[in-house]
Amino acid sequence: MSATVVDAPAPTAMDRVRTFSARRASVLPTLAAIVILVILLIGAQAEFGNFLSPRNLSALLLDHAYLMVLAVGMTFVIVTGGIDLSVGSVMAFTGILGSSMLASGTPVWIVIPVMLAGGAAIGTLIGVLVQYFNVQPFIASLAGLFLGRGLAYVVSLSSIRVENEPILWLQQTRFLIGDWYITPTGIIALAVVAAGAVIMALTRFGRTVYAIGGSEQSARLMGLSVARTKVLVYVISGLCGGLAGLLLTAYSGAGYPRNGIGTELDVIACVVIGGTLLTGGRGYVLGSMIGVFVFATINTIISFMGAEQSWTHIIIGALLLLFIVVQRAIVARSDRRT
Amino acid sequence: MPCQDDPVDEAQALVQLDGATVRFGAFTALDAVDFRMFPGEVHSLMGENGAGKSTLIKAITGALALDAGVLRIGGVERHFAGPRDAQDAGVSTVYQEVDLLENLSVAENVFLGREPRRLGLIDHGAMRRDAAAVLEGLGLDIDPASMLGRHSLAVQQLVAIARAISTDVRVLVLDEPTSSLDLDEVAELFRVIRELKERGVAILFVSHFLDQVYEMSDRITVLRDGRLVGEYLTTELLRIDLVKKMLGRDVADIAPREHLVEPESAVEPVISARGLTRAPGIRGADVDVAEGEVLGVAGLLGSGRTELARLLTGVDRAQAGIIRIEEREHRLDSPRRAMQLGVVYSSENRRTEGLIGDLSIEDNIVLALQAQQGALKPLSTARRRELAVSWIEALNIKPADPDRPVRTLSGGNQQKVLLARLLALSPRVIVLDEPTRGIDVGAKVEIQRLVGELADNGLSVVFISAELEEVLRVGDRVAILREGEVAETVAAASLNPDTLMALVAQPDLPEA
Repeated sequence: MSATVVDAPAPTAMDRVRTFSARRASVLPTLAAIVILVILLIGAQAEFGNFLSPRNLSALLLDHAYLMVLAVGMTFVIVTGGIDLSVGSVMAFTGILGSSMLASGTPVWIVIPVMLAGGAAIGTLIGVLVQYFNVQPFIASLAGLFLGRGLAYVVSLSSIRVENEPILWLQQTRFLIGDWYITPTGIIALAVVAAGAVIMALTRFGRTVYAIGGSEQSARLMGLSVARTKVLVYVISGLCGGLAGLLLTAYSGAGYPRNGIGTELDVIACVVIGGTLLTGGRGYVLGSMIGVFVFATINTIISFMGAEQSWTHIIIGALLLLFIVVQRAIVARSDRRT
Repeated sequence: MPCQDDPVDEAQALVQLDGATVRFGAFTALDAVDFRMFPGEVHSLMGENGAGKSTLIKAITGALALDAGVLRIGGVERHFAGPRDAQDAGVSTVYQEVDLLENLSVAENVFLGREPRRLGLIDHGAMRRDAAAVLEGLGLDIDPASMLGRHSLAVQQLVAIARAISTDVRVLVLDEPTSSLDLDEVAELFRVIRELKERGVAILFVSHFLDQVYEMSDRITVLRDGRLVGEYLTTELLRIDLVKKMLGRDVADIAPREHLVEPESAVEPVISARGLTRAPGIRGADVDVAEGEVLGVAGLLGSGRTELARLLTGVDRAQAGIIRIEEREHRLDSPRRAMQLGVVYSSENRRTEGLIGDLSIEDNIVLALQAQQGALKPLSTARRRELAVSWIEALNIKPADPDRPVRTLSGGNQQKVLLARLLALSPRVIVLDEPTRGIDVGAKVEIQRLVGELADNGLSVVFISAELEEVLRVGDRVAILREGEVAETVAAASLNPDTLMALVAQPDLPEA
């Protein structure tokens, strides 16, 4: 039919904008998060003068490595349209489990896999409840939250110090690049982000995650492996919970059963601020990383100001609200067809 | 023409279903049906709503398992565990509702689950190029990287077909593929179907447009109430015979109701709407219904049938336009307000927007009346029972047990309970949206008769149905909806199903 070859005129700027919006409208919330991050950084620098120092920025990553890992796992779950409330207590459980095993002399090469497997096991449980017993993700992961917290208290009611060399190495080592530094925990967090981004964008599993978030029924009719994928996203989130438990243990030098109370909500906030739609189908792992940086920056600004830490949550709450409204507007717009 | 003398080798059936039976609980959706498809042939599956067409399609495409019977594809017995299995066996489906993913790109929708990969990772560039090639074959000039949600339904439909034919397809199932397409797009689709036919693909084409069925198909199988009526060559089956077989009786048997109101007479309408508008569904609709008149509303899916009903009854607020009830202008901003004015609405989704399944027949019937009276003035137990019993008797609701939970009733009786609830309010105008959808033929006729009786008693009725025959049978006049406008209002007596279909479907062509 219309196979006539037309000499395409050089695309104008307007054409580019149109092509971009047709292809990538769902990046807009993430771009907005980047803009907010930049504003925050510049504002903080103008206010305090020493905010954009390599030292401070390096600490930003170091202090929030565990949060970043959790956010990657959460992104998988939320893009399918689910939610995982268990991550905070899974992190506490695996942290205290690892600490207590190390304290009783178990070698570290056994402890780390056990921590990861513990997280993945709780994730599997949630995934199976959601997929095969048709339990709402909110309820299933709430059960996971209580289970993780309970197990953490079963292991120990008080904090257990970790004096294991390899674990402390993760935190204390500083790879220096000029005035910048990065710890192994930071490297692990960035590696998880990179792996998550590649899996989401470039594997069939990742695209199935998006498909389920778009319409589970359609994904099934298209012959995609919906059941397996839905369980796997919770396994991934649980695994990230286990890894975060390791990072937090290294960071604080101890396991503590009351770690991470409310962390699941911080993680969800970061993911949403980073541009992932709570209704599923749209979102980026890299966006969640930006979301964590926004969270971390606000946190640091508050401590620079010497204000109450509760202000962090008030501001994050306000930002969250703003982002959800912005996303609704974007979705409403893109639902109007051309 | 391909199949004048049935040239296909009967042994060469590509798809063969023998004694296919599917049950949902006590309900048998498909009862020992035989069905076959041949390569290079377009086969139409015909039947009214609820005849078992969708169930049969799902059995072939792996979305449903057979309770009894055998499915053979290419002579090999198959038991599909899911749509994926069917796709692997070369059976692709395009469903009635576009079932793609609006949050992903066009290219991804074409190749999801079969993406080209390099080093184990999806090669988005190659996928875009491959998709562009498939889309070009369909004459579709769109950016494969654009989000599917940005495109019109018609384009999405063609993308769904692109997905279906991008595999090594042997059997292509098209379930109502033309319902959201305009004429040019239908022609484009037919060109594609003919090409696929040339390539030896067996095509199952389901459409409620008889013209399209006769234009495209070589063979027709008719289902009724889950049973096989017969398989015919299209050239040997007259249209009138096809309709008879679908309905299961002679068309002459279905007498239209006596049209009491002279359509031309200048009676003052009970309800009158002018320029009703609510984006995107309804654009400037005019409606008049006189006392004792049944106004049939006919239109294609998406023409704004339900949207119009919701505006007339205050469920949705109109953005522009006026509604007059008995010559006084009113703002219908809630169903409650409309009910006070005597305008009631029966939704097309009786189970989700009408009845409360776990409550009894009696509770469901008195619900609206009680709500109108207010919670402070409860109806007495005796009065409730009296109401329920009298309505059960008047509408012949079965079983005649007021305490029976409504969910245990058949579709037809559920519809009657809903009607009873609305009639208990003594309305002046009743808007019925698809009151006979999904109920058996007997109950259907009963409800149609009931609507006639109500009108004879002075009630004004707006009767919406996707079945044109039914609109003609029940309506005194027929309002024809096209793209959110009442294109014209015609006396039902001056129409037959074919002319009405032509009016509804093809604005430019007066006769089918």
